[in-house]
Amino acid sequence: MAMWFARSRNLVSILRQNLGLSATLIKRNHSSPRPVFTNYQLSSRVFLDPSTSFRHESTAVETQPDLVQQSDHEDDAQELDFPGGKVGYTSEMKFIPESSSRRIPCYRVLNEHGKIISDSDFIPVSEKLAVRMYEQMATLQVMDHIFYEAQRQGRISFYLTSVGEEAINIASAAALSPEDVVLPQYREPGVLLWRGFTLEEFANQCFGNKADYGKGRQMPIHYGSNQHNYFTVSSPIATQLPQAAGVGYALKMEKKNACAVTFIGDGGTSEGDFHAGLNFAAVMEAPVVFICRNNGWAISTHISEQFRSDGIVVKGQAYGIRSIRVDGNDALAVYSAVRSAREMAVTEQRPVLIEAMTYRVGHHSTSDDSTKYREADEIQYWKMSRNPVNRFKKWVEDNGWWSEEDESKLRSSTRKQLLQAIQAAEKWEKQPLTELFNDVYDVKTKNLEEQEVGLKALVEKQPQDYPTGFHI
Amino acid sequence: MWGILRRSAVDGGGFSASSLRRTRFSLVSARSYAAGSKEMTVRDALNSAIDEEMSADPKVFVMGEEVGQYQGAYKITKGLLEKYGPERVYDTPITEAGFTGIGVGAAYAGLKPVVEFMTFNFSMQAIDHIINSAAKSNYMSAGQINVPIVFRGPNGAAAGVGAQHSQCYAAWYASVPGLKVLAPYSAEDARGLLKAAIRDPDPVVFLENELLYGESFPISEEALDSSFCLPIGKAKIEREGKDVTITTFSKMVGFALKAAEKLAEEGISAEVINLRSIRPLDRATINASVRKTSRLVTVEEGFPQHGVCAEICASVVEESFSYLDAPVERIAGADVPMPYAANLERLALPQVEDIVRAAKRACYRSK
Repeated sequence: MAMWFARSRNLVSILRQNLGLSATLIKRNHSSPRPVFTNYQLSSRVFLDPSTSFRHESTAVETQPDLVQQSDHEDDAQELDFPGGKVGYTSEMKFIPESSSRRIPCYRVLNEHGKIISDSDFIPVSEKLAVRMYEQMATLQVMDHIFYEAQRQGRISFYLTSVGEEAINIASAAALSPEDVVLPQYREPGVLLWRGFTLEEFANQCFGNKADYGKGRQMPIHYGSNQHNYFTVSSPIATQLPQAAGVGYALKMEKKNACAVTFIGDGGTSEGDFHAGLNFAAVMEAPVVFICRNNGWAISTHISEQFRSDGIVVKGQAYGIRSIRVDGNDALAVYSAVRSAREMAVTEQRPVLIEAMTYRVGHHSTSDDSTKYREADEIQYWKMSRNPVNRFKKWVEDNGWWSEEDESKLRSSTRKQLLQAIQAAEKWEKQPLTELFNDVYDVKTKNLEEQEVGLKALVEKQPQDYPTGFHI
Repeated sequence: MWGILRRSAVDGGGFSASSLRRTRFSLVSARSYAAGSKEMTVRDALNSAIDEEMSADPKVFVMGEEVGQYQGAYKITKGLLEKYGPERVYDTPITEAGFTGIGVGAAYAGLKPVVEFMTFNFSMQAIDHIINSAAKSNYMSAGQINVPIVFRGPNGAAAGVGAQHSQCYAAWYASVPGLKVLAPYSAEDARGLLKAAIRDPDPVVFLENELLYGESFPISEEALDSSFCLPIGKAKIEREGKDVTITTFSKMVGFALKAAEKLAEEGISAEVINLRSIRPLDRATINASVRKTSRLVTVEEGFPQHGVCAEICASVVEESFSYLDAPVERIAGADVPMPYAANLERLALPQVEDIVRAAKRACYRSK
C-alpha cells in the first residue's frame, strides 16, 4: 500500500508520527547517489504531492527513477523540458569525468600471427578477394618504396608514403562500391590503386607530364580521377570533411545508392572543419563514412599533444554519430568495419565514424626526417613486428592461397613495372604552354585570352629565353 | 512592346539617411504609359532571380543561416522555403567554414548551391574553402572538378554596424584567379547578374549591399522575363559624358550619379561607369571611356591600399597613358577600421562632395 506524502521534511515527519509508517518512508538522502527508493524495499511507487490529501495507490515497482523526485522542491513536479527534449534531474552534483576508466576497445579479427581470433565477428572474404587485397597491399609497398627513392634521387620533387597503413588503404577500398565518392586526405593512394589507377598513371601525376590527368597543375601525390570517383587531393587539412558532408547531401538528394567516404588523420581532427563536417553530416543525416587514420603522429606532433580525449572514436557520440574503433593494421577488421559502416550510411542515411588505429612507419613526407623527433627503435618495432602486410600475408598463406613464389614474382614484376613507368614518365614531354591558361574558368575570360596571345608571341620572338623543347 | 521609360523623381527611401533620389529625363510623360513602367526593389529583384533559377533547375538550392524559416536575415530568400521545401532551402548551423565546405562539396558532386553569408565579413571564417577549394579546383584538377557555386550576401558598409560588419571584400576576392566577382547596383543589375551567376559553371562571389536592398529602381519588361540575364564581364555606362570618367560599383554608383548632377550644374559633363563585374574587369569599356574624356576618377567604398581603384588606375596607365590629361584620382574609404559613431562613419566613407571635388581636380578646376 502506498501513501501520498507531502513534500516537506517536516510534513513527512509529522505524517510519520501520525501515520505510524516505518519502512515506506521517503527520506531525503544527500549522500546517496542512487535514486532514493531503491535503498528501501518498497513494494509500491510513491509520489510526493504538494497537497496534503492522501491517496492510496498500489502499483508494482517501476524502474523509472527519473520520475521519482529526490529533492523536496516544488519545481521537480514540473515537466523536465528544455529545448532539445526531456532530461532527468539529479540533486547530486556530479561532473562527468574527463576520461572513462576504460578506453574504448579496438575491434580486431586477426591476431599478430595472422590467425583469426576465435569468436570474431567478421564478414568472410573469399580467396579471390583476399588474394587481390594482399597483392594490392604489396604493390602499394613497392610503389611507395620506389617513388620515395625517385624523390631522393631528385627525379620528382616530393613524395609521401603510406608505409604502415597499407591495410587501411586497401581493405577500406575493397569494402566500398565503385560508386561511393572518395574524398581523400593524402595518405590513401591505395584506395585509388584498388579502383584501377595504374602505376603509369601514378607516375605521370608525380612527374606532371603531358599524360597527367591533372595536367601538371598539382604537386606530386595530389592524385585525382573523376572516372574512379576519387576527388583530387587538396593540401589544406580537413577541408574535405565538410565537403564530404556536402557530397553526401547531394547523393541523398539524388537518391543514389552510394555514400561519400572521406579520410582524415589524427592531427586533422584538430581543425575546425572536423567539427563542422561531423556536426553537419549528423544534422543533415547525410550518408558519409568518416575514416580517421590515427597513426600517432602529425609530422612531429605526437597525439598526446594533439588532443586529450580517448582518441577520436569518443568524439563521434558528441555529434550524434555512430562510431567504432578498429585495429587499422588488421585488414579483415578494417574490411568488415568499413563494409558495415557503408551499409549503415546508405540504408539508414546517416554518417558513421571509424577510427582506425595504426602507426605511421614512414616519415611524414620526403620533406621530413622523423628520426629527429622519435626513436629509431620505435619505428623499427612497428615496421617489423606490427606490419599489417605481413600479418595479412600470414593469414592468406595459411589458407593456402599464396606462396613464396607468388610473392617474389609479384614483387619483382611490380618493381620492374614501376621502374619502367618512372623512366617513361620522366621522358614524356610536359604540358604545352596553352595549358597554363585553361581551366581557370570554364571558358577563358578575355584577359586570359589576351595574356595567352601575348605570351605565345613573346616565346616565338625570344626563343633563347625559354628551355629547349618548350613548346606552345 | 515596352520601351524602357524613364520616370521622374523616384525616391528610393531606403535605410540610409541620404536616400537616393534619381531624376531622369522623361521622353514621354509617364502618365500616358502609366500602366507600363514598373519598379522593383533590389530585395525583390534578388528574390525573384533566385526563385526563377530554382524553378528552372532542380539542382539549384539555397543554403545559409536563417535563410529558411526566418525568411532570410535580410528577407532576400522570403517565401522560398514554403515554395521549395527544406531540402532546397537549407538552414545551416552557425559555421561558415562548415556550410561553405558543404556547399563546395555539393558543387563538386553536381549540385548548384547558392550560399548566403550573413555579411561577407563572416566569409573570412570560410575563406579557405572559397579560395583554396572553390576557386582553384577546376584548375588543379585540370577541368575534372568544376564548382558551379554562388557565394552571395551583403558587402561593404551598412549604417552604424562598426568595423567587423563593414569591410568591403571586392578587392580581396577579385584578386583571385578562378573566381568571378560581381557587384550589382540597380534592381536590373541584381536580377540579371544573379541569374548569370547561378547559371555560370564557375564559382561566383556576388557582392550585394545592405543599404540598397530597400531601394526601388525602374525595371524593364525585358528584365522581368525569367530568361533575362546580363553578361558577366561587361560594365554599364550609366550616364554618358565627355569631360571626366567616373568608375565605381555598388552603392557608390548612386553617389557618382548624384555627383554627376552637381558637376553638370558647373558645366562639367561626367561619364559614370557602373563596373557590375569586378572580375573579370571590363578594361575595354573603362579605357575606351578614358580615351574619350582623358580624365579618370575611380571610386570605391573599401580600403584604399591594393583596392579595386588601384587596379583600374594601373590598367589605365598601362593602356591609355598618352590619353590622360591629368593624374588619376582615387576616392576610397578611409584607411581605418570602420568606426561606429555616425559622424565618424560618415567621414570614413566617400561622400558625393568627395567625388565632386576629385572630378574638379581632374578637370583642373580646383586644387
